[in-house]
Amino acid sequence: MRRRVFLVAGIVLVGLVLAVALVSLFWTPFPAADTTGGRLEGPGVHHLLGTDKLGRDLLTRLMIGARIAVAVGVGAVALGAVLGGVAGLLAAFANRWLDDTLAALLDILIAFPTLLLAMLVVAARGASLASAIVAIGLAMSAIVARLTRVLAKRVLAMDYVTAARTSGVSWPRIVVAHVLPNIWPTLAVNLALQFGLAVLAEASLSYLGLGPPPPNASWGRLLQEAQSTVLTAPVGAVAPGVLLVVLVVGVNLLADGLRDVADPTRRGHR
Amino acid sequence: MSLLSVSELSVWTADGRALVNGLSFSLPPGRRLGLIGESGSGKSLTTLAVTGLLPPALRASGSVLLDGTQVIGARNLDGVRGRVAAVVFQEPSTALDPLMRIGRQVAEPLRRHQGLRGAALRAAVAASLDEVALPARVAQAYPHEISGGQRQRAAIAMALACRPALLIADEPTTALDVTVQADVLALLDRLVAAHDMALLFVSHDLAVVGQVTDEVVVLSAGRAVSSGPLHEVLADPADDYTRSLVASARRLDAALDLSRDVGGAA
Repeated sequence: MRRRVFLVAGIVLVGLVLAVALVSLFWTPFPAADTTGGRLEGPGVHHLLGTDKLGRDLLTRLMIGARIAVAVGVGAVALGAVLGGVAGLLAAFANRWLDDTLAALLDILIAFPTLLLAMLVVAARGASLASAIVAIGLAMSAIVARLTRVLAKRVLAMDYVTAARTSGVSWPRIVVAHVLPNIWPTLAVNLALQFGLAVLAEASLSYLGLGPPPPNASWGRLLQEAQSTVLTAPVGAVAPGVLLVVLVVGVNLLADGLRDVADPTRRGHR
Repeated sequence: MSLLSVSELSVWTADGRALVNGLSFSLPPGRRLGLIGESGSGKSLTTLAVTGLLPPALRASGSVLLDGTQVIGARNLDGVRGRVAAVVFQEPSTALDPLMRIGRQVAEPLRRHQGLRGAALRAAVAASLDEVALPARVAQAYPHEISGGQRQRAAIAMALACRPALLIADEPTTALDVTVQADVLALLDRLVAAHDMALLFVSHDLAVVGQVTDEVVVLSAGRAVSSGPLHEVLADPADDYTRSLVASARRLDAALDLSRDVGGAA
């Protein structure tokens, strides 16, 4: 019951940000490059949340930021899930030598700070939305791979897999019918958590100036730009922070709730 | 011509220890063989080696002919496995996929081996469940929603759905209650007879093996210490291990006889 509340709360919070991101594709209060507002106006009728030091509408920038946050989350999770999932399954099936090599590689990749990895990617490819997604997705894939490897190994050791092997089922069929469904609940929850981390990582990158370049209005960039004027115009710093919290908390609640939906053994008897 | 013919089978660890050592036996179609031994004696490894399912870290040598196919060193046994041999395992809680309804799990081998689809498949699933005395509603249940005995019955139904010539039962009743044990044993006994299958029955329990098999091989530390028709091995144990096995079974029997007098039929 409590988990159901979590799930609903998570869906509402994430849905809110998603809706804002979607709307921003078609409509924003002002054009993204519009600088006609006064500098550092407070919230008012004309500019609902006020303006920044260049006179840009804050609400407009926040809506565009939502779009970027969601894009990075979805892109990085998709990249991480595919790369990590394949690598993890490979390791689970590999002979000991290859498995050990992969495991060591993954450990190094996980120990490698995400931000440092991101800087390398940005240095190689230049700062862009795609660079941020690639960097964060790469870092994530190592974690996903390690999890997939352990989960898949556990499933592969089960008698029902051996029984399926005995009755002549091929490996690909076993992966589709038994391994993926059984690792999916845990993996899905982890991916949802990773989504939240990816959003935060993008904010950090943008805060450091390594994220999508202007005029992209990532929340991390908004935070960084509002930093110097936080005392005179607090809304500019608080609003992107609040939205970050809303999205990340929402995703985490969603992850918690998902666990029960995905796993029939955890569904309550109603 | 034997259905299963094992000669000089040994299973080695990577560092060269023999876990199963020079084991030989053969099983003609329709006959039953018991493999008895304490845990760690190599019983389960033998069943894995026979079906070519040893973990990659272990290596087998010798010869295992399963319906004329050499299993040791073979690369692809998918064809032989489903057609010739099926396995029922010890632990019913891991023998079924926890996320798949029982009906679908039973349907899978039926579909693959008998090519059934749609209504015919559903009917076959119902018949399979009925054959192992499971109510039809179990088809809709997840494994965690039914009892251990029912799970083991479902696992047996899945093994039988391949219509194998050889059923390998690896301690199929060890994890069950004693009363459920008797039911499952009786069921196995009846089904093996009904389908004219050969049975390789693995257990540490002499009494259980005695109920379902005609011949036994007694394993100790990876070696066959005695073998032959059940009554001969029991009547005249050739070695210390078998002697102690028989003696303890007798003591248990005596205790059971006492309790039977008090508590009625078991």
